[in-house]
Amino acid sequence: MAKIRGSIVVDVERCKGCEVCMVTCPTGTIAMAKEVNHKGYFYAFPANPDLCIGCANCAMVCPDGVITVYKTKI
Amino acid sequence: MTEATGIKEIIKPENLVYKRTKIMTDNVLSYCPGCGHGTAHRILAEIIEEEGIQSQTIGISPVGCSVLLYNFLDIDWQEAAHGRAPALATAIKRLLPDKFVFTYQGDGDLAAIGTAETIHACNRGENILIIFINNGIYGMTGGQMAPTTLVGMKSSTSPYGRDVKLMGNPLKMTEIVATLPGTYYVTRQSVHTAANVKKTKKAMRKAIQYQKLNKGTCFIEIVSNCPSNWKMTPVESNKWMEANMFPFYPLGDLKVPAEETTK
Amino acid sequence: MEKELRLMKGNEAVAEAAIRAGADGYFGYPITPQSEILEYLMVAKPYETTGMVVLQAESEVAAINMVYGGAGCGKKVMTSSSSPGISLKQEGITYIAGAELPCLIVNVVRGGPGLGTIQPAQSDYFQATKGGGHGDYHLIVLAPASVQEMADFVGLSFDLAFKYRNPVMMLSDGAIGQMMEKVWLSPQKERSKTVPEWATTGKPPTRERNIITSLDLDPNAQERFNQKLIDKYNLIKEKEVRYEEFQCDDAEYLFVAYGTSARVCQKAVQLCRADGIKVGLLRPITLFPFPSKRINELADKMKLILSIEMSAGQMVEDVMLSVNGKVPVYHFGRMGGIVTAPDEVVEFLKSKIIGG
Repeated sequence: MAKIRGSIVVDVERCKGCEVCMVTCPTGTIAMAKEVNHKGYFYAFPANPDLCIGCANCAMVCPDGVITVYKTKI
Repeated sequence: MTEATGIKEIIKPENLVYKRTKIMTDNVLSYCPGCGHGTAHRILAEIIEEEGIQSQTIGISPVGCSVLLYNFLDIDWQEAAHGRAPALATAIKRLLPDKFVFTYQGDGDLAAIGTAETIHACNRGENILIIFINNGIYGMTGGQMAPTTLVGMKSSTSPYGRDVKLMGNPLKMTEIVATLPGTYYVTRQSVHTAANVKKTKKAMRKAIQYQKLNKGTCFIEIVSNCPSNWKMTPVESNKWMEANMFPFYPLGDLKVPAEETTK
Repeated sequence: MEKELRLMKGNEAVAEAAIRAGADGYFGYPITPQSEILEYLMVAKPYETTGMVVLQAESEVAAINMVYGGAGCGKKVMTSSSSPGISLKQEGITYIAGAELPCLIVNVVRGGPGLGTIQPAQSDYFQATKGGGHGDYHLIVLAPASVQEMADFVGLSFDLAFKYRNPVMMLSDGAIGQMMEKVWLSPQKERSKTVPEWATTGKPPTRERNIITSLDLDPNAQERFNQKLIDKYNLIKEKEVRYEEFQCDDAEYLFVAYGTSARVCQKAVQLCRADGIKVGLLRPITLFPFPSKRINELADKMKLILSIEMSAGQMVEDVMLSVNGKVPVYHFGRMGGIVTAPDEVVEFLKSKIIGG
C-alpha cells in the first residue's frame, strides 16, 4: 500500500523561532533547535522527519515564509 | 533504504507542494517573531501570484508596523500618511479603473486616525479592497492603546487595563462598515491556523473577483496578534487571541453578496 | 484652434482652464471663497467629455490625499481650497513634496488666523512660500493677479510640477477668485497618455517595482535626499523666477506687490507720478522662487522700497533679505479681509519720504 510521505526544508537563517509551526504540525515532526542561527533565534527543524505527511500546515502559518514542503507517495 | 536517502527521494521539484511565492521579495520581514502581519502579507502575495495580477496591482501601505510593507511584496506601492490610505486608493482606482487596488491598514491607522477616510470610501462604494489588521494595539510605537483594545486589556497607555469610563469603548469598525450601502463583501478572518489561513485566502480571492466586477468596497478584517506588546510568546498570544479577541470580534462573514446567499 | 473669449469669475476660470489643460482629476471640498471651482466642474461634467475625474471628498485632508494617490499614478491632478482648508491639507502637501510628486494646489486666500473671515487676504504667504507643513521643502508658488492669470497659470503650474516633480501652488485671493473679468481661454488639450517611469500603474515584468514614499529610516539616506531637494530648489531658483516691472526705469521709489495688491499698486504708481513722485512697481509672479536678484539690482537706484500686502507683513521679509540693507524697506497693507486702497498706499509712501 502506498504511503504518503512528506518532507520540509526550513530556511534556517530566516527563521525567527516563533514556534507557531511546531504547535501547528499534526504529527510532531517539527522541534526547535538547541542552537541558534546567526540572528540568535532557536530555529525550527524537522526533528522527526519520518512523521512528516507533507500537509503544509507549518508553511501556511509561518509568518516569515521560511518553510518549503514536499510530498510524495512511496 | 536509509533515512537520508529517503528524504532525498522526497525533496525533488516534482514533489513540491508549498514554496514561498516569488511575489514576496527577499527582504527579511521587519516584524517580531510570530507576528500575523507576515502571514497576512504572504497570503496576499500568494493570491496576487495565483490570480496573475502582479502587473495590475497597486497597493497602499499604511503608517504603523506595516509601514515598510512596500519592501516585502514585489508590486507597485504607494505609502500613505497615517490613516489616509483609502483616500489614495479612491483616486488611484478612479484614475486607473482597470487596476486592482487595495489598502493594508492596522487598527490605529484604519479605526482611529483614518476613520473618516475609511467610512467615506466604503460609503461611496469605492471599488477597492481594504485589508484591516486588528491586533488591538499600536505595535510600532510600542504598545499603546488602540481604538480596538479590549475592555480591561493592558497597554502602555492603559496600564491598569482599558477602563470604559476613562477611555471609551473598543470600536467595531467592521460591523460599522458592513452597514454601509457601499460595501459589497465584509468579512472577519484570522491567520493563526492553517484552516484560518485557507479561509482568509479564499476571502481575498473573492474580493479580487468582486473588484473585477466593480461591485463596491470589499473589507477584510484579520484579527491578529501582537506577541511583543501583549507580552506573550507567539504561541501564547494566539491562544489568548482565541480566548479573548474572538468572543468580541467573532470570525465570519458580516456581509455577503445577496446573490450568493440565495444560491 | 483659436482661443475663446469668456466673461468669468477667477474661480470659474481655474476650473475651465483645468479641463482645457487636460487635467486628469480634481478632488476638493467646499469652502468660501473658492467653492465655485468644484461647482463649475460638477456642472461642466468633464468626466463625460475629457474623462477628467471630479470628486467631492469628505474633507480637505481626504482631498489632498486623493491628489497624492492620483499624482503617484503620474496623473495631472489638483485640488483647491481657501486658507483654513489649506491648513488642513498641509500634512498631505508635505508628503507630496517628500515623495516628489507633481500636482496643483490652488489657495484662494481669505483672512485669518483661525476661521478668520471670508474676505480676501494675502496672509498665507509664509505658509505657501516657506513650506507650510513639516520638514525642509518648498512649493513652487505662482501668484495670479487677474482672472486671465487664474486661467493661464493652471497649465503653467502643471508644466512646472511635472518638470520638477514638485507640487505647485497658485496663491490667489478672494478678490481674484470672485471677480469677473474677460478671459481668453486656451483650446482643449488632450489628456496625456504618457506614463512617467516612476508612476505606480502596476509592475510589469520589464521593470522594478515603483514605490511612492517619503519615508527613509536611514538618516544618511534621508540627508542625501534632503540635499537632492535643495539642489532641485536651487535649480528652480535659477530657472523659474518670474516677475513683471511697471515704470521702474526712472523710478526713485519701488513698490513690491503681488496679486490683488499689485493691481492696487499700479493705480498708486499713477497717483504718485501725478504728484511728481517717481515710483515703480515690481510684481513677483513667482513667490517661490522669489525675484530676489532683480529686487537687489533695483535697490541700487531706489531711495526706499515699500512692500504692500494684505497681511501684517510677510513678503516684506523676503524683500528685506533681497535688498540686504541697501535701502530702507517698509511694509504697508490692510488686514482682516480689507483690500488696501491706492490712496492709502500713496499717503504711506509720502509719510515715509518726509519721515526719511
